[in-house]
Amino acid sequence: MKYLEEFSDPELAGRLLDQIHAVTTRPWAIMEVCGGQTHSLIRHGIDQLLPAGVEMIHGPGCPVCVTPLEIIDRALEIASRPGVIFCSFGDMLRVPGSDRDLFRVKSTGADVRVVYSPLDALTIARQNPDRQVVFFGIGFETTAPANAMTVYQAKRCGVRNFSLLVSHVLVPPAIAAIMESPSCRVQGFLAAGHVCSVMGTGQYPDLARRYRVPIVVTGFEPLDLLEGIRQTVTQLEEGRHELANAYPRAVPAAGNPAAIAMLRDVFTVTDRAWRGIGVIPDSGWRLSAAYAEFDAETRFAVGDIHTAESSVCRSGEVLQGLIKPHECAAFGRRCTPRTPLGATMVSAEGACAAYYLYRRLGQPAPTAPTDARPAREVARA
Amino acid sequence: MCLAVPGQVVAIGERNGTPMGEVDFGGVRKDVCLQYLPDTAVGEYVIVHVGFAIQRLDEQSARETLATIARMGLLAEEFGGGPAMQPATGEPEGVNR
Ligand code: SF4
Repeated sequence: MKYLEEFSDPELAGRLLDQIHAVTTRPWAIMEVCGGQTHSLIRHGIDQLLPAGVEMIHGPGCPVCVTPLEIIDRALEIASRPGVIFCSFGDMLRVPGSDRDLFRVKSTGADVRVVYSPLDALTIARQNPDRQVVFFGIGFETTAPANAMTVYQAKRCGVRNFSLLVSHVLVPPAIAAIMESPSCRVQGFLAAGHVCSVMGTGQYPDLARRYRVPIVVTGFEPLDLLEGIRQTVTQLEEGRHELANAYPRAVPAAGNPAAIAMLRDVFTVTDRAWRGIGVIPDSGWRLSAAYAEFDAETRFAVGDIHTAESSVCRSGEVLQGLIKPHECAAFGRRCTPRTPLGATMVSAEGACAAYYLYRRLGQPAPTAPTDARPAREVARA
Repeated sequence: MCLAVPGQVVAIGERNGTPMGEVDFGGVRKDVCLQYLPDTAVGEYVIVHVGFAIQRLDEQSARETLATIARMGLLAEEFGGGPAMQPATGEPEGVNR
């Protein structure tokens, strides 16, 4: 798999950095939407090698982080019911609900199981026909095809003891919501590569035009991120705002048509609350009428659980790029990955956890300098 | 959990009427659902997320991207020496994709 490793080649990374420094004449604020990209940027220290004025704002693209509190509380309620096997991706277990998390529920005797794939939950349902098996179906467009296929299979094979607690969120409406916000500082976007591997790039040219922001589809390796940033800065410097694809090896313009067809069949667009941000219109998927019988919220009548957020955690501001994680007073003190107060500290893709793991504490946030000349001295990787 | 990982398809089969493949991730092998890439062939690289192949990796465009980046450095040197290149002159044609 040689050519894959080449995407972290330090020499080529140096060339890209040089190029970014060469084209940058002014400060720019660029948001990477995806939490996986946040993780990779911080881990490789890429944001610190950029010209001084080029700031990376960490977006709301960690599905664990934006799953709303009331959905977590509904999951906790369902998982506590007798006879239920509650299946989830591992990183949801420590996400704090109103008064506990799934891990705590599990330790008090509930049957909570970590699975690698939603198909594993379906297998568990087949093996336990006398139990109710629920899968916690969260995620962006990248994860939705897996959950859609699982519900489709459940229906096709008549696995009636399976259901899905759905909280899917969608990237394009989030980009629109960020740009509509009066406090928005974002001037360009790195669009999440694997979301586009599924959905294609068709939804983005309109957004780029409407909000006059460059949107560059970007991958996850160091060279991918640098190339995405380079293309974004180049567009900004030239006054352009277009969709560009810096991750063509994994993103055909049409995405994955088979997955899109399945998503259209199984899901339907709905308003969705984003943890820390609030309700964004048409920003999520729920099960379509044809699959309504597999909706865990209805099956367990938990739809009327509504809850409010704790006041300490500032993850909403983090997720909107208004503050950096270490500007939260609880960061690294009351709030750590072992004792998370907010979801952004739980998931490895959450901005708070990424800063905690890879950044020295107390480091000041990069601020746009008044003298906007690129700081070339720091260019070399 | 958003992580999607590239791997190589080493075998193709079927389970409960669903096309499945065995995918090698640098030595670790996993069963992966191929329903969304039904015409995948053994030997191809795919991107896998939570047990599903969501897209194929196109080696040709991977190579092109790497070549463009490599060329970028050379052009920058030609046009006046890498890091010292003046921003005001804009990018040379062909660098900008
Ligand atoms: S450090 Fe903890 S409390 Fe502060 S915003 Fe991040 S998750 Fe919330």
